[in-house]
Amino acid sequence: MATNEPIACTTCALPGGPCGGKGIATLKDGVWAQNPISIQILGICSALAVTNRLENSLVMGVALIFVCVGSNLFVSLLRNVTPRRIRMIAEVAIIATFVIVFDQILKAYYWEMSKQLGPYVGLIITNCIVMGRAEAFALQNRPVVSIVDGVANGIGYAIVLALIGFFRELVGAGTVFGHVVMPEWYVPNQLAILAPGAFVALGFLIALFNALSGANEEDEGTQP
Amino acid sequence: MSELSPFVILIAAIFTNNILLANFLGMCSFLAVSKQIETAAGLGAAVIFVMTATTAINYGIYHHVLVPFGLTYLSFIVFIAVIAAFVQFVEMFVERFSLGLYHALGIFLPLITVNCAILGVSLFMIIREYTFWQSIAFGFGGGIGWTLAIVLIAGLRQKMRYSDVPVPFRGVAIAMIITGVMAMAFMGFAGMVRIQ
Repeated sequence: MATNEPIACTTCALPGGPCGGKGIATLKDGVWAQNPISIQILGICSALAVTNRLENSLVMGVALIFVCVGSNLFVSLLRNVTPRRIRMIAEVAIIATFVIVFDQILKAYYWEMSKQLGPYVGLIITNCIVMGRAEAFALQNRPVVSIVDGVANGIGYAIVLALIGFFRELVGAGTVFGHVVMPEWYVPNQLAILAPGAFVALGFLIALFNALSGANEEDEGTQP
Repeated sequence: MSELSPFVILIAAIFTNNILLANFLGMCSFLAVSKQIETAAGLGAAVIFVMTATTAINYGIYHHVLVPFGLTYLSFIVFIAVIAAFVQFVEMFVERFSLGLYHALGIFLPLITVNCAILGVSLFMIIREYTFWQSIAFGFGGGIGWTLAIVLIAGLRQKMRYSDVPVPFRGVAIAMIITGVMAMAFMGFAGMVRIQ
């Protein structure tokens, strides 16, 4: 991962205001323009695995917001004292700490949900979004704007997960949050809550985002 | 769960519970390297080796250090540290003793640390309460299954370079959809054996 090109941070460098006018732009980037899942295609393991129900998707979204904000804040606070050579290990340790905290909370208060999510909470450690934000953003920016970045990317992730979860639950079980919403004659298509449904749903979602944002127009389709 | 023979778990991990197609693990590196069969196979070989070895190490640490001392909540951080350290060690070892292998596998090794399939297998091992040999079989089978899926899809993607895919679908979107079709094909194995 190249860190040689720090994100230009002109307003932060000025005195006054923890992140100057950069907050809004950072928020917008994370949620829409640089959405971690649909545009950058990061962290899709969990986006596929937990989206068979809307509820699971939302809990996972909250987990990622929590971990991303926490790790961004601490990576940013420690950015001037972390030796460059061991920064990856330091980042992983910080991220893992927050994941453990969230996992313990989940186990203590929402045991059922914890069982449903299985290993995927632990797998947030290897989620490229968290690591990517720590590496690409928090290492070069001040704490407050790093928190904003964490929130933005977490929300961007959560929205996409909720979308996929909503459609998969609707098509696959005919329910939303466990309540039946489809008419009587609707026969749930089980395929949507099984593995293939996840891949196809995300494929179509990415295509939709591409179509909306006009990405892909000129490339040859060989890029990831 | 514990009465399943390791062989059944091995077969199940390859076909019915394919780590990539049924559990969605290792997607990131999967999308990056599944464009060419050779690269896919190279990474696959590295994954099989690292996955089997780290599962065995993590099994030992979990059951003989973390459980007796009541430190199971630390398992995430210990597992990821073991994986990172092991990969680093293998990289140095291979570089020192087999330059040919290093050039073949070397570039893939750092990618593996962040491959969630490796950590995922260790976590599944704990959740499903596997015994030692079951864990080894699961790690080895998981690696083979992952490699099988990635090589198959790399073949499809190589062919697809010449097809006229609608513009918004080019790249990742169509890759996801063919992976979905592949997952559907693998569901055909589901009647064979079943592990949770």
